Amino acid sequence: MPLVWGTSDGATILSPFRAPYTWQPVSTEPKYNVFPLILGTLKVTLIAMLLGTPLALAAALYTAEFAPARLREWIKPAIELLAGIPSVVLGSFALMVLATWVQDAFGLVYRLNAFTAGIALAFAIIPIIYTISEDALTAVPRLYREASLALGASKAQTAVRVVMPAAIPGIFAAIILGFGRAIGETMIVLMVSGNSAILSLDPGLPVRTLSATIAAEMAEVVVGSGHYRILFFIGVLLFLITATLNWAGDRFNRRLREKLFGSA
Amino acid sequence: MRKFVDRTFVVLSLSATVIILSMLFLIIGNIAYHGTERLSWEFITSNPENGMTAGGIFPAIYGTVLLVLLMSLAAVPFGVLVAIYFAEYARAESRLYRWTRMAVNNLAGVPSIVFGLFGLGFFIQSIGKAIDQTFYPGRLLYAQPSILWAAMTMAVLTLPVVIITVEETLRAVPTEYREASLALGATRLQTVFRVVLPQAWSGVMTGAILAISRGAGEVAPVLFTGAAYFLPRYPSHPADQFMHLGYHIWVLTTQSTNVETTKPLLYSTVFVLLVLTFLLNITAILIRNRMRKWATR
Repeated sequence: MPLVWGTSDGATILSPFRAPYTWQPVSTEPKYNVFPLILGTLKVTLIAMLLGTPLALAAALYTAEFAPARLREWIKPAIELLAGIPSVVLGSFALMVLATWVQDAFGLVYRLNAFTAGIALAFAIIPIIYTISEDALTAVPRLYREASLALGASKAQTAVRVVMPAAIPGIFAAIILGFGRAIGETMIVLMVSGNSAILSLDPGLPVRTLSATIAAEMAEVVVGSGHYRILFFIGVLLFLITATLNWAGDRFNRRLREKLFGSA
Repeated sequence: MRKFVDRTFVVLSLSATVIILSMLFLIIGNIAYHGTERLSWEFITSNPENGMTAGGIFPAIYGTVLLVLLMSLAAVPFGVLVAIYFAEYARAESRLYRWTRMAVNNLAGVPSIVFGLFGLGFFIQSIGKAIDQTFYPGRLLYAQPSILWAAMTMAVLTLPVVIITVEETLRAVPTEYREASLALGATRLQTVFRVVLPQAWSGVMTGAILAISRGAGEVAPVLFTGAAYFLPRYPSHPADQFMHLGYHIWVLTTQSTNVETTKPLLYSTVFVLLVLTFLLNITAILIRNRMRKWATR
């Protein structure tokens, strides 16, 4: 890849890292710093993870350990149905309904902001974290549970002290893969985040993510310009981040199987 | 005390489950309630009018169906062949197998917007441009967003779904079938196509349906590879642009000039897309369940 692209606006591979820390691709002197976008992505993703992970893990634990068999057969497909909802549908629901509720409930100045986008994004990652961690918990052999119960432990103790630790690599995998999905998710954040590249930690402000930037700007960009190339660069960045996370998730899943069954 | 802690724990995890399920029902309920208000046969079969503030969504449905058909034509045969290689021919230690396996696993986790970039950079700017330069010099035909390139982009996106589903079914076909066929003197190729693949037909169906459901719902990959805001006529040539249900929803939510008049239309469109994807997913789940029962019999 050439270090200097020879584009009319003199953009180079280093432009995304150069000061000032602003993303202003369409101005007389375009500024391509990706830092506000990375911060925005992390902000939204973190909110989604903080809300989604505990819910998804607790629900997986309930389904795998406590739910009566007949109920279990209903809960799992129902939550997996959530995974089948297209993200543009989640996004439009969040935009029309959720955004107003959240704004009223928390008294936020902006209707579209990082917090609302994070909540909407949580809907998208819950089924992923749930399904993978539920599979991991179910994969723990029944012998583990029987041994623990025979020693006088309660069902809850068995779940937390025996089954969860045994399934922990699978739970890590679930969280990592959910994280990867959250970082790459586009339509929800494009619709609900407000789309302003503001460098701030305040969750109540509008925000712009890496994925939404590509989606919003690619259609209007001149092919071959510096802006075009930097949007592709952001795509490469997203690809590398998610590929690394997928690889790590895969490793943890393999370790789970090695741990429980002695082979991958 | 111990009993109390235990009980609390179970109740907490139960309430997490209830919260998730009620969110699901809230979303579906809200969309179904508002979405059926304006829904009519006319809405489904007519064109948008007055700058999307009246009329129906037929061109968007037509475009979506055409897109997933073209996509399946590319993704299903290719995916089935890769799955056959994985399940029937590849040796676990071979380098080709390990690399392709890694590629497929990775492809499944790539964000959909990155596929859109790939479609633009590879299909439109490389292949499309090459076609134009070779066959239509001086004209701009294939080197621009179109339904063909959007379908190819979507095919790459849904390929892992097809491969993984078909491979799972192929592996569920008992080894005895293959052995019996080979013992009767059939070649390996004959065994795969005449004995194993017919048994795995339901897997091919499931894979195709799951891919179609994904392809109908994803918007990010078609944002700049072929979907159009509004078209006066239906696509009839591979190089035409097309209207798309999900893209239409995005347009209605974010670019509407009059939110109050488009809202009922928007809700009905969301409802149609949701029903479509749910029906596809439920069909796939039913086929898969029947297949699993058959496999463990």
